[in-house]
Amino acid sequence: MSIWEYANPVKFIRTTDVVLPWISVAAVLCLVTGLVWGFFFTPDDYRQGSTVKIFYLHVPAAMMAINAWAMMLVASLVWIVRRHHVSALAARAAAPVGATFTVIALATGALWGQPMWGTWWAWDPRLTSFLVLFLFYLGYMALWAAIENDDTAADLTSILCLVGSVFAILSRYAVLFWNQGLHQGASLSLDKQENVSDVFWYPALVCIAGFVLLFVALVFLRTQTEIRARRSRALLARERQA
Amino acid sequence: MMPDLGKYAFAVLASYGIGLGLIVILVVASVLRARKVRAELEQIEQRSKRHG
Repeated sequence: MSIWEYANPVKFIRTTDVVLPWISVAAVLCLVTGLVWGFFFTPDDYRQGSTVKIFYLHVPAAMMAINAWAMMLVASLVWIVRRHHVSALAARAAAPVGATFTVIALATGALWGQPMWGTWWAWDPRLTSFLVLFLFYLGYMALWAAIENDDTAADLTSILCLVGSVFAILSRYAVLFWNQGLHQGASLSLDKQENVSDVFWYPALVCIAGFVLLFVALVFLRTQTEIRARRSRALLARERQA
Repeated sequence: MMPDLGKYAFAVLASYGIGLGLIVILVVASVLRARKVRAELEQIEQRSKRHG
């Protein structure tokens, strides 16, 4: 069996119909468990006080905002190289999800920054590249909506996605590249010395799992929708020609 | 049961409110659009079958 079998829209819908309820339930369970654990059952940080509870939303949302763009990049490359419609539609389906996660990361970051840094916003390398990434999300969705021909839209948005990937990478590594600004380096690390304390780490892991599962569930559901919408457009065009 | 958030209550509660609110809006919008598009496609397919 090859992964390219799922490039068949019927096969994709049939397979995702089976797994979607399980992924959705797992996403809800992880999100509820992680957020309740983090909000109600973790202590305040000795420096940041109760604002550390924002961590459980801010970090997973920021991670998934970048990873969603990475997924869109892979799907766009598959479209450019192999011309599979499902991959182009999956990239289109992921964009609003990634954009929402970016807004959550920006909003919770501002709310966290105000009491900790004394400002809602700073033109810091990481914050600025994240804002530009959000603008790329908006541009990507607008481009899809503006072009009537699906294949042309997929071609142009794929190129935009390649260009925007620079800012996805910058958002992730800006702190390392410029070593300046207000934003700290990575809070999560495989190095035990650098990683946050276990008492914050375990609920954060559950929240990250919840965000990943939510992203997968929403992308499956929205890709199914895009496949059906594309078929509707094709049938309507055939009706008009008849 | 509610933890004492002290002077940071606004920042923490607003973060959870905005974050969870946006997630709920995204999920509801995705499900509603999925239902609408599915129903529209079924209608178009039935019409196509009727007209051969």
